[in-house]
Amino acid sequence: MSSRDWPLWEVFVRGRRGLSHVHAGSLHAPDATMALRNARDLYTRRQEGVSIWVVPAAAITASSPDEKDPFFDPAADKAYRHPTFYHVPDGVRHL
Amino acid sequence: MTRHAAAPGSWDGRATPASALPPVAEYSLRLGDDALVLAQRLGEWVSRAPQLEEDVALANIGLDLLGQARTLLTYAGEVEGEGRDEDDLAYLREERDFRNLQIVERPNGDFAVTIARQLAFSAYQLGLYRSLCGSADATLAAIAAKAVKEVDYHLDHATQWVLRLGDGTRESHHRMQAALEQVWPYVDEMFDADELTSVLAGEGVAVDPAALRPPWDATVSAVLARATLTRPEPGFHGRGGRRGLHTEAMGQLLAEMQHLHRSYPGASW
Repeated sequence: MSSRDWPLWEVFVRGRRGLSHVHAGSLHAPDATMALRNARDLYTRRQEGVSIWVVPAAAITASSPDEKDPFFDPAADKAYRHPTFYHVPDGVRHL
Repeated sequence: MTRHAAAPGSWDGRATPASALPPVAEYSLRLGDDALVLAQRLGEWVSRAPQLEEDVALANIGLDLLGQARTLLTYAGEVEGEGRDEDDLAYLREERDFRNLQIVERPNGDFAVTIARQLAFSAYQLGLYRSLCGSADATLAAIAAKAVKEVDYHLDHATQWVLRLGDGTRESHHRMQAALEQVWPYVDEMFDADELTSVLAGEGVAVDPAALRPPWDATVSAVLARATLTRPEPGFHGRGGRRGLHTEAMGQLLAEMQHLHRSYPGASW
């Protein structure tokens, strides 16, 4: 990446009220204001969203694939952590 | 040096005089041609913009304008009542029959020129469509009401770039100022009133172009001041687009825009 390139931004779009923001993709932009506008053009052109977040990709600390086992495997056999012991009421679509 | 060249103006006879169309059709054609020609210009940036993201942004603006052009040309054809549809009007008219402002046909230049043109034209178009929302002509009012939100965004996009380039580096400031100097000779034409606009404005159908100037000045001056740019004072003013008089660049634009339809009449996909 040359120094003339714009920084990378991660884009999160909320589809509609009541849902959370979901990662939609990434883009390049010179600053946050332009990133928001580019995100509007790239990720909500078919009415996919009611709200957009842009985050500098460099500001995200991600878990490493190398740490996958110690991070996630210990949760595999702890069924008591899952909310399976009560009934979900009908009509609740986004739980 | 031969003297066999066609006499200047020898093809004037083929041009449709403005009076050939009903006033509302002529007015709709003017606005539609503005949108159509600028859409064509912005389309030239596809695959050539400084960044992929800007490529998409300019194409989006162009497609918004193309959508406006389609409804305006369709309406012009309906009012005319001769059976011409949007394609007939876009692809089968000669240069002298196009009624667009000269500012929209000017070549793209560098990115700064394109942005300077977009700032000037979108600020004009936003005022125009806002006023046209209250038109006595229900179709024009509806077209304007849909377009006004699109143009609001176009103006914002142009504004963001003028601020960044004008108040950016020494090089970007210099080139943004040079771009304004290139575009400004074509600004005054946007606000020229003529008999057609006077008559239609009197009936509450059209917007008096001259009335759009003060708010345009306020909007654009504020952007230029924030961008540390100087408002140009051009030495000449291009005029005549509304009467079918265009700059040299227009013929080349039309050749590219129309050649497919003329080579393969009725082509579709």
